[in-house]
Amino acid sequence: MREARNPFVFIGCVELRQALDKHALDERELMDRLEEVPAGSVFYHTHGYFLRHRPMTVAYGNDFARWAAVEVRDEELAERLAVVDPFDFPSLEDLREELVTIVSDHLRKLSWVPRAESGGAFHFQQSHIVEVPLGPGVTTLAEFREGLAGVDASAIYFHMVEARARLGRRSGDFAEWLRTSLDLPDLADRIERIDTYMASLERVRARVLSLVDEALEEER
Amino acid sequence: MARIDDYREVAPPGVVDIILKLAEQVRGRRFVHVTGGRFGGGIAETLRAAVPTLGELGIDTAWEITGGDPAFFATTRALQAALAGAERVLTDAALAHYVEMNRINAKKLSLAADLVIVHDVQPAALIAQRTEARWAWRCHFDASRAQRRAWSFFRQFVNQYDAAIFSLPEFGRRLAIPQYVIHPSIDPLSEKNRELTPREVSGILASLRVDQDKPLLVQVGPFTRDQDPLGVVNAYRLVKKHYDIRLVLAGTAGDEPENLEVLADLREAAHADPDIVVLELPPDASLQINALQRAATLVLQKSVREGFGLGAAEAMWKGKPVIGGFAGGLRQQIIPDVTGYTVHSVEGAAFRIRHLLNTPELIARMGAAGREHVRRSFLLTRHLTDYLALLIHLTG
Repeated sequence: MREARNPFVFIGCVELRQALDKHALDERELMDRLEEVPAGSVFYHTHGYFLRHRPMTVAYGNDFARWAAVEVRDEELAERLAVVDPFDFPSLEDLREELVTIVSDHLRKLSWVPRAESGGAFHFQQSHIVEVPLGPGVTTLAEFREGLAGVDASAIYFHMVEARARLGRRSGDFAEWLRTSLDLPDLADRIERIDTYMASLERVRARVLSLVDEALEEER
Repeated sequence: MARIDDYREVAPPGVVDIILKLAEQVRGRRFVHVTGGRFGGGIAETLRAAVPTLGELGIDTAWEITGGDPAFFATTRALQAALAGAERVLTDAALAHYVEMNRINAKKLSLAADLVIVHDVQPAALIAQRTEARWAWRCHFDASRAQRRAWSFFRQFVNQYDAAIFSLPEFGRRLAIPQYVIHPSIDPLSEKNRELTPREVSGILASLRVDQDKPLLVQVGPFTRDQDPLGVVNAYRLVKKHYDIRLVLAGTAGDEPENLEVLADLREAAHADPDIVVLELPPDASLQINALQRAATLVLQKSVREGFGLGAAEAMWKGKPVIGGFAGGLRQQIIPDVTGYTVHSVEGAAFRIRHLLNTPELIARMGAAGREHVRRSFLLTRHLTDYLALLIHLTG
């Protein structure tokens, strides 16, 4: 079995949440605050959704869509926000622009401003990610498979979401390592194409494992 | 006492390893918690488990408590109530005594540390005597509706901290310092939450004189207007027309006149209907609460005003769907249609109870989903990762 030039170290993560003193009671306030919060807050409410909601549901896709659906009961805006795939945007500023435009266009069609129920304000937050290296590195595809199957789900988030969206490693760490250290470009391409947005972290893990199993079978 | 490896059987896979790796990054640092007492309440329950576990992980962790005289305790109770939104009279002399007692406490306590976390109101003014360490104020209640005068007095202390920690973002207030959000947690290995055999459950219910011959609706919580036990009685009466059920209300009234009125009304309701059981439990009745929640068919937490309300997480951990009020942390814990329902009215609660009683398979499905939700989000193991992340973040 081929050995990697550089070992792969799985990194889990813990999210320390910070409340910003920015709140929205209605959709216009949501739009205004969206324009002024730090980019890290846009990241937290879009990409961070996967880390916090990983076991239960990805029904809304991001916190803004969830708020529109659950607190404002504005299904139309919720649907428009929910389909925004944060991985489609080259930067968080582009993503922010898209979200603001969607809310703005929606409000332009209305003669009133939809408002959250009492107690249902949107509270903007951001997060500080603490990285947690998990054990010694792996150097073969079989070791990679074994490690991936057992790591905390936050490692899937870190390598497939955080690395791509906030750390600028657009392929994701799994695909990058398989391509550059293990010379498996086809497997890397297939992993890079996984639809992370429409899946929970456990589904992403299962999909990567399945692709790796196929590659291991081919190697035998 | 539970050890960190004991949590592997109940925590999500991999989480204990994350905790061990996080602890390696801050091994040897000193971490001090300060509270106003060592008994009762969710803070004490958490610290009783967290402090020795952090110590086992190599973090030099201590738990200090402040003392005082009756006047000091009366002032801190009134100040905390005012900061939580109630009207209270606070004289300048009483507030000066509060500050002075904290100054005296600071001399007696061992506060040399890398990170000091001061919990709630009683010890908060210790910050005026701060050491070199980083200090964080941990607020366990909803401070968003604090009385203006009380907050004006108290804010001067909070702003001297390096950070504040709230249970929910909406519980905070405008401050000059960073505000972090850490949900509280339950200890799955404590007397209140550990596994019980059906025989143990039956034995405890028998000792409480609660028969198990009918489906049980259970609400555990103080007999206060905020927790709305009378609303629960009314919801039960609407359901009782269709289902032969029993309602158990378990909690304490304390000595507040308003709560004693609530208790008297509940007793009157119980007197008129043998299927309404009102249990006054002592504060340390953890095992009884555990058994009641496990025996329940459905658990209610129909608060109209609530802090975080961890009773919902306790019940979900025992595999029970929870019907909760649309208040405080209940909205965070209960995922509507997945782990239970949040309701706005007596009628809403009755409707959801009937719906679930009529759909037993949904009770099982929601119960299982609730247990997994709590496993991921509200167990002590998640709280430990938050504490360690905070220690790393604030102390570098």
